Amino acid sequence: MRELRQVTSVVAIIDRPDIDTDQIIPKQFLKRIERTGYGQFLFYDWMKEPDFELHKPDFKGAEILLAGRNFGCGSSREHAAWALEDYGFRIVIAPSYSDIFRSNSVKTGIATITLPDAELAQLKAALAQRNELTVDMETLTITHPDGLAITFAFDEFAQETLVHGLDDIARTLKRDDAIAAYEAATPGRFDTRTLST
Amino acid sequence: MAGTTLFEKIWQAHVVDEKPGEPALIYIDLHLVHEVTSPQAFEGLRLAGRPVRRPDLTIATMDHNVPTERGPITDLIAKAQLDALRANCEEFGVPLNATGSGREGIVHVMGPELGITQPGMTIVCGDSHTSTHGAFGALAFGIGTSEVEHVMATQTLLQSRPKTMQIRFSGTLPFGVTAKDMVLAAIGKIGVDGGVGYAIEYAGEAIETLSMEGRMTICNMSIEAGARAGMVAPDATTFAYIEGRPGAPKGAAWDQAVARWSALKSDADATFDRIVDIDVTTLTPQVTWGTNPGMVVPVDGTVPDPADFADPTDREAAERALQYMGLEAGTPVTEITIDRVFIGSCTNARIEDLRAAATVVRGKHVASTVRAMVVPGSAKVKHQAEQEGLDKVFVDAGFEWREAGCSMCLGMNPDTLSPGERCASTSNRNFEGRQGSGGRTHLLSPTMAAAAAVAGRFVDVRELG
Repeated sequence: MRELRQVTSVVAIIDRPDIDTDQIIPKQFLKRIERTGYGQFLFYDWMKEPDFELHKPDFKGAEILLAGRNFGCGSSREHAAWALEDYGFRIVIAPSYSDIFRSNSVKTGIATITLPDAELAQLKAALAQRNELTVDMETLTITHPDGLAITFAFDEFAQETLVHGLDDIARTLKRDDAIAAYEAATPGRFDTRTLST
Repeated sequence: MAGTTLFEKIWQAHVVDEKPGEPALIYIDLHLVHEVTSPQAFEGLRLAGRPVRRPDLTIATMDHNVPTERGPITDLIAKAQLDALRANCEEFGVPLNATGSGREGIVHVMGPELGITQPGMTIVCGDSHTSTHGAFGALAFGIGTSEVEHVMATQTLLQSRPKTMQIRFSGTLPFGVTAKDMVLAAIGKIGVDGGVGYAIEYAGEAIETLSMEGRMTICNMSIEAGARAGMVAPDATTFAYIEGRPGAPKGAAWDQAVARWSALKSDADATFDRIVDIDVTTLTPQVTWGTNPGMVVPVDGTVPDPADFADPTDREAAERALQYMGLEAGTPVTEITIDRVFIGSCTNARIEDLRAAATVVRGKHVASTVRAMVVPGSAKVKHQAEQEGLDKVFVDAGFEWREAGCSMCLGMNPDTLSPGERCASTSNRNFEGRQGSGGRTHLLSPTMAAAAAVAGRFVDVRELG
């Protein structure tokens, strides 16, 4: 996973609530067995609409996405995070997220930053004047070139994972003793390989 | 010391390791796998040279993209994904209930019917409707593909502990009102993000009197309220459902298991972070009008006016939803005509759902303007329904009777809506394009869907007597 320390970019704004993962990546693209190449299918149906926000020339090249509440709700498809990352987004800023999407994002190298409505309003006002932000994942700050600076809270473990591009599985495997001890103390219920019919 | 909740008891029993400032390392008792969210996880294991740690606690099936018409699969990309699952299961020693085995089905129908969904377990799957299994008093939740790989490699997950919510359904469910109506009403009440960050426990008289199928319907849609997990305390109904199934404990082990499971309930003095009360005595059949499951009204209601929403964000969302759905504010729900009916999905395609729908259509016929299909939740459900003659009831009434799978719930297989088509669906999501690009989905119960199929429009199933 790529490290995520600091991003300076224009901000794409899709100010709609409850953007579900079916919109982010529709089901017909989930048949592929690869993990890459989903960016071309991002918001596939909405992209067909000429006035869809991501067509705005001002948003071209954005690595930061600003969206409405409950972003990424619905299906657990990690393809949604893969598509956003492959399209070029490294940061999402929204009032809230679905739990599964938030977890998938960290594992894809995307930071999901939660801001309260008041600070989002400040941010939008500043972006309306000049569309550029710097997000620093080491200091957990968002700065606008006109001087606005916002600090945000972020789960410490997720921050470390993102900043250093860490692999969860390698870290957990180092705790094999604890897992083995748990298994030794917990009797099995069944063996899925030998279930009677 | 204050008592503990059902969730806390299960959580505590599964903590493998905990470090300050980090999510807990939680043991996973059962990992369910399907073709769509697993290939990249298996590939990750292969690249790192890692085995599946506990294939005996893992089981796979084919459900999301399988065709529901007999004959060979014609979608070559879908076929490649199914072939990949077969090859991966062989390579990693994971048991697979493949299409044609007689044990295949939607992953959340298969687990319970094999008796491997049991109280007190932690169960995960790369599918958000894994919350279904919580109906048995398990902690069950959907995960992404990276987490699928993590579970395969370690049989654990790193999880932050969610908050707890209790939704109490009081009273007796009126005639013609079902579990689906209970959960749609609950989502309408707390909103599609009301459960974000929570594990929900459903309780109260109306839950205790529900069948396991009904409890599964409710837990299934927890995720539509944003909650990763929903659960019901196990009781005699739960034990009766599990007993005798292939994965169930036998003999003395059964009695010990029931004794252990009987302790799995929230203590009387347990506290929840949030409590929601819903009186079911005044509940009516529900129909969604918009593009998320929280956009729901009673069948005797009307399509809402966006102007009536106080919050500007909600107003804009309602306007967009009405435009997408091709609906006018103020239209009575019973005046909305439909083109398609889908009875299926992990929400409502179990034997009890099919029995209920068959009761409504027996001796009647699907409206000439409607194309209707029934897709059983599993091969076993299909077989059982055929034993009971339900297939004949549906076919005689003009329904298509299909093979098991996820089908038109998400339209990954050929079962999709065409642009503009309006569907009465027993599934769980009415998102834009969910059942096919441009398709318009209304969620409702199996009996309401059956009644709509006959009438060609939404009708109040209670009026059919």
